[in-house]
Amino acid sequence: MVNIDAGNSELEVRRDAVRRVASAVVDPEIPVISIADLGVLRDVRIADGAIEVVITPTYSGCPAMHMIKAEIEQAVARAGLGPVIVTTVLSPAWTTDWMTDEGRQRLLEYGIAPPVKGAGRPALFVHEAVACPRCGSRDTAQLAAFGSTSCKALWRCNGCREPFDYFKCH
Amino acid sequence: MSINPAPESQSPQAPAASPGSVRVAETPLVRFALGRADDALILGHRLSEWCGHAPMLEEDMALANMALDLIGQARVLYSYVAELEGAGRGEDDYAYLRDVRCYRNLLLHEQPNGDFAQTMVRQFLYAAFVDPYWRALVGSSDATLSALAAKAEKESAYHLRHASEWMVRFGQGTDESRERAQAALDYLWRFTGEMFAVDAGERPLIDAGVTVDPETVRQTWNDTVAQVLARAGLTRPAQEWMQSGGRDGHHSEHLGHLLSDLQYMQRAFPGATW
Repeated sequence: MVNIDAGNSELEVRRDAVRRVASAVVDPEIPVISIADLGVLRDVRIADGAIEVVITPTYSGCPAMHMIKAEIEQAVARAGLGPVIVTTVLSPAWTTDWMTDEGRQRLLEYGIAPPVKGAGRPALFVHEAVACPRCGSRDTAQLAAFGSTSCKALWRCNGCREPFDYFKCH
Repeated sequence: MSINPAPESQSPQAPAASPGSVRVAETPLVRFALGRADDALILGHRLSEWCGHAPMLEEDMALANMALDLIGQARVLYSYVAELEGAGRGEDDYAYLRDVRCYRNLLLHEQPNGDFAQTMVRQFLYAAFVDPYWRALVGSSDATLSALAAKAEKESAYHLRHASEWMVRFGQGTDESRERAQAALDYLWRFTGEMFAVDAGERPLIDAGVTVDPETVRQTWNDTVAQVLARAGLTRPAQEWMQSGGRDGHHSEHLGHLLSDLQYMQRAFPGATW
């Protein structure tokens, strides 16, 4: 419940409502995680009398950005909150460290190993230790460095023998 | 620093633009951004040629994913060129409507894919350079270049790791894989000198902290190449003579063929949209 101060303008009320609606938009490629939990939604603000929703891409060529923009616009329109401007920014560069704990939990439950926290830049000839999202074993290995989307790699658990997606640390 | 368009004398033999083609008014900053955009687009396009043809599914996905990163970087840079030029053009105009002589990419990137080893050796040589280069460019005084560099350096670091692992697999694999990788290294080596070249127009940008002298990352590049080749058991080519020309629009014949594929739709159906 948003506490609305007496001084809040209609625009500020609408901004807060837009923020709630935009936060609920999910990643079209991983529909269990919202763009807020993913760290893609950067801001919802008032700019020059209009409401601006600011998003940032995960990877430079992320093909989901167009769809995310369209889904924000549609969700806001469906909620009767009027037109919004959706802006894409590159800076600061998105990192998986922005993913919320709730988002990480959702990925895990969906069968995707969440990104290792704060692992920094990938070093040559070193792979991070990733726990299997199914059985929790840390005896795992990378099968393919690139997976079904830009943000994932394909791994395998040597314990339960199941393959799984790993959300790459970035 | 001069912000006047570079005079045509920079490429004296450039023929008149063909019908429907665009000629860009190149200030030093536009020329710089176009060069890096072309680097990303042409290498991205080359990698995309493997889509559906790679030796295994995992590498098909890897090459397509790296292509996606590169083309994404190119789009940011072309959009920036459009903003700088202020001529009402969009990113697509630069990619689809410039003639081959107006492209400013490294010759390395337009070289044919060859076999899988040649593609991956090319990726390794470039990633080992551009990874520290983007990292240095994060400190640019230009907000757009800095923001792009901060994103691109994370992507290039991952490409470098992937390509380096393949260098070791080639070198430590079979006689054939080692021979093919060494042959690719020997062929592509002559195109690596161009990565470190700076044209006269860029010098003031470097002095002003807008761009970075690539010479400052040569040691890092040398070290990475030495480390990976040693692990792979491959030999650094002794050849020191380097071929250049890409930044000035003097390309190998391969780029024209690539562009005829890349630009076909817009040339045949001008203004076509999805």
